[in-house]
Amino acid sequence: MEMNVTRRQFLKLSGAVAATLAIVELGFDDKSAKAKSGEFKIATLKPTPTICPYCSVGCGILVYANENDVVYTEGDPDHPINEGTLCSKGTTVRQVYTSEKRITKPMYRAPGSSKWEEVDWDFAFEKVVKNIKETRDKSFIHQEGGVTVNRTDAIAYLGGAALDNEECHLNHKLFRAGLGLSYIEHQARI
Amino acid sequence: MTNHWNDLQYADALMVIGANPAENHPISFRWISKAIEKGGKLISVDPRYTRTSQMANMYAQLRSGTDIAFIGGMINYALENNQYHNEYVANYTNASWIVEDSYSFEDGMFSGYDEKTRTYDKKKWAFKADAEGNTLKDPTLQHPNCVFQLMKKHYSRYDADTVCGVTGTDKKMYIEICKTFGATGQTGKAGTILYAMGGTQHTVGTQNIRAYAILQLILGNIGIAGGGVNALRGESNVQGSTDFGLLYHNVPGYMDVPTTAEGDLTYEGFLTRITPKAGYKINHPKFFTSMLKSFYGDNATKDNEFGYHYMPKIQAGKNYSFMRIFDAMYRKEIEGMILYGSNPVVGGPNSFKEQAAMGNLKWMVAIDLFETETSTFWQREAGADPASIQTEVIFLPACGSFEKEGTVTNSGRWMQYRWQAIKPKGESRADLEITHMLARRLQELYKNESSPAAKQMQALYWNYGEHDHPDIDLVSRDINGYDWKTKKQVKSFGDLKDDGSTTAGCWIYTGFYPENDNLSKRRDNKDTGMSNFLNWSFAWPANRRVLYNRASADLNGKAWSKERVGIEWDGLKGQWVGNDVPDFVKDKGPQDPTFADPFIMQVGGKGYLFSSGLNEGPFPEHYEPYENPMSNSFSSVQFNPAVQFGEKEMNAKGESDKYPIVATTYRLSEHWQSGVMTRNVPWLAELVNNMFIEISEELAKEKGIKEKDKVVVSTARGEIEAYAMITKRFKPYKLKDKTVHHIGMPWHFGYKGIATGATANRLTPHIGDANSTIPEYKAFLCDVRRA
Ligand code: SF4
Repeated sequence: MEMNVTRRQFLKLSGAVAATLAIVELGFDDKSAKAKSGEFKIATLKPTPTICPYCSVGCGILVYANENDVVYTEGDPDHPINEGTLCSKGTTVRQVYTSEKRITKPMYRAPGSSKWEEVDWDFAFEKVVKNIKETRDKSFIHQEGGVTVNRTDAIAYLGGAALDNEECHLNHKLFRAGLGLSYIEHQARI
Repeated sequence: MTNHWNDLQYADALMVIGANPAENHPISFRWISKAIEKGGKLISVDPRYTRTSQMANMYAQLRSGTDIAFIGGMINYALENNQYHNEYVANYTNASWIVEDSYSFEDGMFSGYDEKTRTYDKKKWAFKADAEGNTLKDPTLQHPNCVFQLMKKHYSRYDADTVCGVTGTDKKMYIEICKTFGATGQTGKAGTILYAMGGTQHTVGTQNIRAYAILQLILGNIGIAGGGVNALRGESNVQGSTDFGLLYHNVPGYMDVPTTAEGDLTYEGFLTRITPKAGYKINHPKFFTSMLKSFYGDNATKDNEFGYHYMPKIQAGKNYSFMRIFDAMYRKEIEGMILYGSNPVVGGPNSFKEQAAMGNLKWMVAIDLFETETSTFWQREAGADPASIQTEVIFLPACGSFEKEGTVTNSGRWMQYRWQAIKPKGESRADLEITHMLARRLQELYKNESSPAAKQMQALYWNYGEHDHPDIDLVSRDINGYDWKTKKQVKSFGDLKDDGSTTAGCWIYTGFYPENDNLSKRRDNKDTGMSNFLNWSFAWPANRRVLYNRASADLNGKAWSKERVGIEWDGLKGQWVGNDVPDFVKDKGPQDPTFADPFIMQVGGKGYLFSSGLNEGPFPEHYEPYENPMSNSFSSVQFNPAVQFGEKEMNAKGESDKYPIVATTYRLSEHWQSGVMTRNVPWLAELVNNMFIEISEELAKEKGIKEKDKVVVSTARGEIEAYAMITKRFKPYKLKDKTVHHIGMPWHFGYKGIATGATANRLTPHIGDANSTIPEYKAFLCDVRRA
């Protein structure tokens, strides 16, 4: 199925753009923005609908991105819950991408070391699977009191509330059904 | 949520207790405002006068940890003043059921308690049955041992004076609130309760929520538009991650995990244990078998009990929950930890101790967008000595939500698709890809081994493409489930089988991908009636928007109110019709003896006012928090008798002589959870860039503290330093025989990111609820002084 933001909706959006920004007073000049809207950088970009990654209201957001950058984001006017509006967090979602603090390479900290080293994915994956396998093989309980239990209590898994459902499904499948972890927990518990 | 965000507009009264939607779920407030515009009354119950309180018609100050007293008093008021919905209570709840004589309640204790194990024998709270096993009932609700009378008796002790002496609420306001919310008990009226972690993060958290549910049941507020018990969830997909079994005690779709208990020795025995004799859950064998088929594919056959023994069996009776992980880590029982977007050094209780326990790990894998306090627990900034920490740490950079595609499920159970807008930043990857790559590599490593550990991994059916980039469409289809032979998608969970012929990764979602359309991608925003938007995304289960909606209609199947039509029985068509997908058998008509049993998941089809499901008793009873400033006014039992204690070293306790001030934590609009995704975002970091402690004018005066002074807050766990913020939003609490101060603080801060500050959870106790083991973050004792 195609996601469809129609041309009509798209035009409706350009008007809503200035209002959203003005509300949070982020130094956007409402009037000149409207005047120049025909030349907006986003005019040539197709919006991609997404859902806010913060709270569970589940507001719709439109993302305007080109190959290398997120140019602009705004509330999705077609979304029945937020109808184009966003709170402070949803409004700034573009910076989750642009923030200079983003980690873009795997990092490794050796035992006892006081610093990170940038490493490549192969190195990182090799370390991870080696650790998982070693600990698991050593601690794996096949039977306990005559019962087949196939589990390990020596590895803990935490996380999920910020993941997609598909990711939760695969994580559960790998870590419980495949690796036999007993300690599987996430934010819902805390 | 039993209901959903847009539905809030239909409420005549909205009670927000233990939540603050104006600040923490800001956009939801549009629908609350709409209800107010239409004359709805907003009631805010909170220890602090929040921005939600500011928008409310009524505000009740409530000492942290006293919800059951507050709600118990409301139940009492509604029963005493005949505000309850008589017809609903008599027919849709188990009010008429008769309880065994072995049930009793005396001075804070229910019958059947074993002091040694701190557990109850719940059989003592059973319903009375005749020789055939049918529950005995008294439809007149007069029998002294019927649920209604027992409930009435139990809550008769919760009179307004006693309640307000415990909660610190102004009595006049309290009565006003009882009257206003109780008025939704009238036929045709609707009241909703909204709660969040202010309700759950207590040693009596689960019973708090049950108290809300009991109140809603007696007022006839469940199943109807503008009603319900609605959890405002904190994270974009905490609903989904819970649905998908990422907790030690559940597999996807809220089914139990196999244990070492004797009955679980065989798959058949296990199924017998997890399958009740009546109610919709009698289908558990179909759901579980289909799930095993999704996990193990061809390696799940009838001969090997559908791969049941590949599933890990946890030790029966052992608690493997969040705090117990850190207890075990402290005891050096855990070697490795894998974190997917998780930051316990800021988010965990007594977090300094949890951080220290991490030093016992051999290795840690942290998957996140930004450096977290947890992934850097070994650094000097964390107060650690790196040289002495031998943990190997691997940080894998994850990409953000619109740099990948997939779905999240909001509080209203809407499963909404997020499309990819841009490729992952730098070398970061989607978590889905990371897990997929890990699985592929691990299967490769185990390929030629024959140990039991290897066999489990080999049995795993991992069919998401032969490339390191997984095909997400295959994952979606796997969640929904399909016919194993034809590979055709299953249309609804009603079609799942227990013979291995169908799969379903998570049965409650089955139906979102019925043929070739993934319905979570739907964007038709036409209001299909009662703002249910049935063609926008997909809501589990079965695209149903309001749970238990059979209860929106009366005994004859007519809507209680024309303004709030959920579903209605259409005699001509011979089926249920209306604005929602029926939460009922579609063609079950008045001639069926179970026509008036709306709660189809429950044995007996009724809403349970009395239930033996929870560990500390069939009715919620007030006990004081672990750390508390006063003795219990309702009984001589001070603390929840069913709470289990963890590792002693992790759980220091403070007493009120040394720590006289009540403290709680809360969230801010500008930050989110442990702050990783907001303190690293420049604009948000700028909007709120410092940690602060919110204290009342009275306390400030007493302690000689001025605005923006640095203050130290201390508890039995430790101390933190932050700026003082003096407000009128906290007031001293006038309790039965003393006045206590109450403070609050946000818990978002840590030492990483653009905005940094002290971590509130260094102060919170390492003790949890008797059922869920959620930590008691929301009520503890402290002292405050100028730095
Ligand atoms: S925009 Fe605000 S209210 Fe909406 S989902 Fe995001 S955080 Fe929640």
